[in-house]
Amino acid sequence: MNALLFYATLALYLAATVTYLAYLVKPRETLGKASRWLITVGFLAHCAFTLDRYVEAGRTPITNMHESLSFFSLSVIGVFIIFERRYKVFILGSFVTPLALLLLLASTLFPTAIMPLNPALKSKWLLVHTTMAFFGYATFAVAFGAAIMYLIQERFLKRKKLGELYRKLPSLDTLDDINYRCLTFGFPLLTFAIITGAIWAETAWGTYWSWDPKETWSLITWFVYAALLHGRLTTGWRGRKAAVLAIVGFFVVIFTFVGVNLFLSSLHSYK
Amino acid sequence: MNIVVVGLSHKTAAVEIREKVAFAPTQMDRPLRQLVDIPDITEGVIVSTCNRVEVYATTRDMAGGIARIKRFLADYHHLSLENLEPHLYAYHGEQAIRHVFRVASSLDSMVVGEPQILGQIKTAYGYAAEFKSSGIILNRFLHKAFSVAKRVRTETKIASSAVSVAFAAVELARKIFGDLSDKTVMLIGAGEMCELAAKHFLNNGVRGVMVTNRTFERAERLAEELDGKAVRFEDLFDYLHRADIVLSSTGAPHFIMGQKDVEEVSRRRKLRPMFFIDIAVPRDIDPKVNDVENVYLYTVDDLQEVVASNLQQRAEEAKKAEGIVDEEIGQFFKWLSSLDVTPTIVALRTKFDEIRRAELEKTLASWKELPPDADKRLEALTNAMMNKLLHPPTSLLKKAGQGGRTDLYVDALRQLFELAEPEPAEEELELEE
Repeated sequence: MNALLFYATLALYLAATVTYLAYLVKPRETLGKASRWLITVGFLAHCAFTLDRYVEAGRTPITNMHESLSFFSLSVIGVFIIFERRYKVFILGSFVTPLALLLLLASTLFPTAIMPLNPALKSKWLLVHTTMAFFGYATFAVAFGAAIMYLIQERFLKRKKLGELYRKLPSLDTLDDINYRCLTFGFPLLTFAIITGAIWAETAWGTYWSWDPKETWSLITWFVYAALLHGRLTTGWRGRKAAVLAIVGFFVVIFTFVGVNLFLSSLHSYK
Repeated sequence: MNIVVVGLSHKTAAVEIREKVAFAPTQMDRPLRQLVDIPDITEGVIVSTCNRVEVYATTRDMAGGIARIKRFLADYHHLSLENLEPHLYAYHGEQAIRHVFRVASSLDSMVVGEPQILGQIKTAYGYAAEFKSSGIILNRFLHKAFSVAKRVRTETKIASSAVSVAFAAVELARKIFGDLSDKTVMLIGAGEMCELAAKHFLNNGVRGVMVTNRTFERAERLAEELDGKAVRFEDLFDYLHRADIVLSSTGAPHFIMGQKDVEEVSRRRKLRPMFFIDIAVPRDIDPKVNDVENVYLYTVDDLQEVVASNLQQRAEEAKKAEGIVDEEIGQFFKWLSSLDVTPTIVALRTKFDEIRRAELEKTLASWKELPPDADKRLEALTNAMMNKLLHPPTSLLKKAGQGGRTDLYVDALRQLFELAEPEPAEEELELEE
């Protein structure tokens, strides 16, 4: 059942990615409708998969690479659906769904078996800390997608190459606004994730902060986005600069999440 | 029954002719009444815009009808037919249908894809409907033309891009700023094109305009006209940071602002985007300004290039639109020819006969002890009944077919007896749409 739901989700995300990318090439109404339908059903299947695993494991299913990547992917699609409804920027899907698909595909590279959890980590903080972190990451992922769209659209406008894709992409202002909105949601989420992480660390390991690589890199991520937010509010880092920073920030996020787990020895390096 | 189109347009007549043939839109009852009073003209609609004057009519006598409509156009406007005739075109049959579908879809317009023409035809049809000069055929015909136009508009991108420099500038601004309602335009210099573009921006909802000119009085005059604020030319850089969109067309022989100036302005407005449009020749703004972050500079050549590529796109979309028109002509023609008398009588008889046979068979099959000859007698009985029932409508149709109007009867018959309709029923289009 669990595996079935997983592969259904994977198939639906794959199909949605194909239709979303096809929409970039040929903007047909039917392609748009199909994409939206596929991604919505895929999201529901993904939710069902996650819930099912929650029941089966008896705990929040975000404890190893497989589960984390899958939940990351789920959060990205969830946040994307919210933004798509709010801003009516259908084409955002062409830039965000491939990312969610990649994350889900990556999750298949890791063992899927449900493993017993280290008793020290059994805590209500597991749910709060991890979901906060991934929702935060997901808003940064959407900001990343919007930032890429911004840079493409900006290039068209600067070079005066106003083709098909230019017509389809939303205005620079809309893209910049999505970027900013993501930041105002993502930054508090990341902050809460770090705080709840510290509290949890105190109960589990007896210390709030131990400069574990994951902690260090989370702090670096936090500083990058804090700088972006600060620059935006005071000196007007908007448009191009904000887009570039959103892209840099997301690479730091990915390293904090994947890189630390795989390459650095950390208390967080569950595999 | 024939549909005919007689008229002239920007393609066949100069404005001096068109204005003489135009009908005043507020008094359409007189010309419409005169039109349908012409012998053999059964229905009529008059479309009169600044680019075309056209009469759509139905007539039994095609050649005569066309000649009489031409005569009507000349007489009504007190013109000599010899002078008017070279400018007139006349279509009938499939050509007439194609012409009206193309006009409604804005494929025959001066600027292909411009949206006004459809509204103008709807208004013209509204008068004809009000004064009852249009009947069953033209009603159906024009509703069909409206739905073709709607299909063209939704299925092709014929009207989706700007084809004037001023509109292209507005469109670009929309792609940069999204909403224009909190944006301010700065006008430098007072060229005609600049003024026109500023008006387009105002029509598209920008918040306000600032005007500057080397002659302050001219700036003041234009500012008053545009309901904006006049700025002294010396103070330009004290105000420039408040502008989101800058239109420049001074007569200066060299650049009036460079990269450094704009960088400074941009800093003052915290890097909020700016859109510069340089309409002046020689140019007012150093092209390096385009390299400043979040600043976009377009010259008049750039805008013209945008317009050219949009026009090319429209031409490609127009090809698709012609395909749609072709498709719809076929459908409409089927309906039109179904209004002929003979096939209708045949269809009616066939329908009745089918029912008669089916019922007869049922009865005979369930009847166990048949008296001799019963089947033959029943056959004769039902046949006689059917013929008697069908006699009055058939003879009425035949009589009507020799003169007068048949389309009403034919259409009613087809609907009352559900005779095969060659065309699916379509939704009523609303006039004010």
